[in-house]
Amino acid sequence: MVPLGHYLILSAILFATGTIGVFLRRNVITVLLSIEVMLNAVNLAFIAFGRTRGAVDGQVIMFFVVTVAAAEAAIGLALVIALFRHRESLNPDVFTSLKW
Amino acid sequence: MLLLIPLLPFLGFLVNHAFGRRLSKPAAGGVACGAMFGAFVAAAWSVWSLLQMPPDARGIVQEAAPWLESGALSVPFTLRLDPLAAVMVLVVTFVGFLIHVYSTAYMHEERGSEYARYFAYLNLFAAFMLVLVLGANFPVMFIGWEGVGLCSYLLIGFWFTKQSASDAGKKAFVVNRIGDFGFLLGMFVVWSQFGSLDFQEVARQAGQLPPEATFGAISLATLLLFVGATGKSAQIPLYVWLPDAMEGPTPVSALIHAATMVTAGVYMIGRNAVLFSHAPDTMAIVAGVGVATALMAGTIGLVQNDIKRVLAYSTVSQLGLMFVAMGVGAFAAGIFHLYTHAFFKALLFLGSGAVIHALAGEQDIRRMGGLRRDLPVTYWTFLIGSLAIAGVPLLSGFFSKDEILWKTFSGGHTVVWAVAVVASLLTATYMFRLVFLTFHGRRMTHADHGDPSWSPGSSDQGPHGGPGGHLHDAPPAMAIVLVLLAVGSVGAGYVGVPAVLGGSNRIEHFLEPSFRAPGVEHGAEASESPAEARAEMVLGREATGEGGLAHSGEGGHAAPASEGAHDDHATELGLMAFSSGIALAGIGIAAYFFLRRKAAADRVAARFAGAHRVLLNKYYVDELYDAAIVQPIKRTSERALWRVFDAGVIDGAVNGAGSFVNGASAILRRLQTGSMRAYALSVFVGVVLILGYYVWR
Repeated sequence: MVPLGHYLILSAILFATGTIGVFLRRNVITVLLSIEVMLNAVNLAFIAFGRTRGAVDGQVIMFFVVTVAAAEAAIGLALVIALFRHRESLNPDVFTSLKW
Repeated sequence: MLLLIPLLPFLGFLVNHAFGRRLSKPAAGGVACGAMFGAFVAAAWSVWSLLQMPPDARGIVQEAAPWLESGALSVPFTLRLDPLAAVMVLVVTFVGFLIHVYSTAYMHEERGSEYARYFAYLNLFAAFMLVLVLGANFPVMFIGWEGVGLCSYLLIGFWFTKQSASDAGKKAFVVNRIGDFGFLLGMFVVWSQFGSLDFQEVARQAGQLPPEATFGAISLATLLLFVGATGKSAQIPLYVWLPDAMEGPTPVSALIHAATMVTAGVYMIGRNAVLFSHAPDTMAIVAGVGVATALMAGTIGLVQNDIKRVLAYSTVSQLGLMFVAMGVGAFAAGIFHLYTHAFFKALLFLGSGAVIHALAGEQDIRRMGGLRRDLPVTYWTFLIGSLAIAGVPLLSGFFSKDEILWKTFSGGHTVVWAVAVVASLLTATYMFRLVFLTFHGRRMTHADHGDPSWSPGSSDQGPHGGPGGHLHDAPPAMAIVLVLLAVGSVGAGYVGVPAVLGGSNRIEHFLEPSFRAPGVEHGAEASESPAEARAEMVLGREATGEGGLAHSGEGGHAAPASEGAHDDHATELGLMAFSSGIALAGIGIAAYFFLRRKAAADRVAARFAGAHRVLLNKYYVDELYDAAIVQPIKRTSERALWRVFDAGVIDGAVNGAGSFVNGASAILRRLQTGSMRAYALSVFVGVVLILGYYVWR
């Protein structure tokens, strides 16, 4: 059986990858994908903990997260489409007009 | 039953206030008059059952509801009818009812909703006045006290679209508030001193103390209460509102500013007779203020030209006399005068109202004259009222005024007595000046209205814009009331015929128990306790060898006093003749100057032009108050409170808070870049920092 530490290391790597993606990519869709990666990194950690402790809680929470992620993806993509129609661009740095 | 007395007018107020604009005029007036009549019947019934009780234990108490309960303080809403309250209740309901009836005719030209509003206020006033009179403790009395002040304001400013009327209403309210403040403070002192606010309880406790030789707590309490009385009863220094109150409708002047409300101060002192008689210093002040007011108002009344203002100053002057009576300890005499005064002063005001009504709003007596033939009912009733107030023998004013003068004299207050005599001479003079200028002499035509000196502002409010040329005497509703009040002015005094004239001064004996501490036996036994004996002496000064009372009173005094009684009778008769002479002399003076030789009056006025001007301007008291109090307050308010404190400190603090936030945000808002990734970074850094804190703590 793979020890818990390996799962957590993988999860951390995934999470870091997603975070870097969120900060560095210049495409809103990629940013959304990176967020999905981050969420799944967390899911992985939940399941790993649940399995180690022999409880189903981790899996239950994982399902919640997947559901929320699906909703997030739907709204996020809708926003992306609206933004694209507005500005003909997917670069998040273009959308800075919502400020003082 | 007692509760019904104030409740009926209050119900009348509710009906007229809620549905008045939908009621027809006769219905609105009928409701108001009916409510007052009901109150009168209830009052008469209550007084009748009071009379069935033994003389020394007369009192009906009704605890209507618990009211204030807080720690040691317990103030139930209690009404108590005792002889003193009985006199007041009958006067208020009877005269009040008559004035309601009179008003149905006088106010007839008002619009329907105004008419109902008028009667609603009038009924509300009556309800509050009856609460004031029947209240068994200070706070309940204070409800009425404040309530009548409110109604006074509403009714003086009834024609509020007129600037002077609305100003007069405000003036009355503000001046009254000053007095009320004194009353409140007095109430606090009483509470801290006696731990009770019930009149009888306070009187009982005060009755066990010796009179204060020096200025102490009781003197302070009574003095503060007296400040309240000067406000309500228009005495120096707070009398200034009453003459201006004549801006209200004339029946209001008659009801509130002559017959009932202004007597509240006198009544309050009578109600606290035991307390006041334990504070000789306050008593001296009361008498001094009273006599000074009587003289001052009398002299002003001598030269005023507005028919209602003359009567207003006459009211102030008569109230001064009542305070003299209170101040010398002749409480019964003061209340007696209050009672007779209610009749003849209401009569005089209503008579003047009839004149004003007939002359379509004219109030200046210089434009009247010769009305005797056109207004016979008004003339004769007005004449009777004037005779009564002047103190002509055998009319009501004679008995009561003479009683006051006699008590003052026999109490040893010779200076006060002398000034009071001068004041009553003035009374006779200015009243008959009014009669002669209004009803006698040459008829002034209404063409005078073209006179440039005539200004609408100086006359009554325009509602009586009837046809100018035709003079009509009082309509039936007014005439009946005038006649009834005239009968009252003649007959009211006969309940208090002094012993020296073969009467037994029944009203004094009737009122007597109200001025004694409850539980203190009257008569010889009382003198066993020195404190009570002393209280008794200050109280009525019956003990000072005055045989007139003794022979009809408790038998114990009669035998030893009979020797001195003879002399006293002679003195009293002498004084009586003297004051009758004074009254007739006053009438004579008026007749000489204003009937026979009008030029002489002008000559005298010209000779003493300075004095005349001072009197005409009412001693410049209004101007003095304006300069000494009103303007400084206005200036302080404007310069310091408004421009510095309000605009500077308060607005400054508020605006400062605003501009501080504004300035700080100008810097902080730079953080909001609008860049999504910057936000994400800050969230990330925040999470890392928080987590880091917990991990490496």
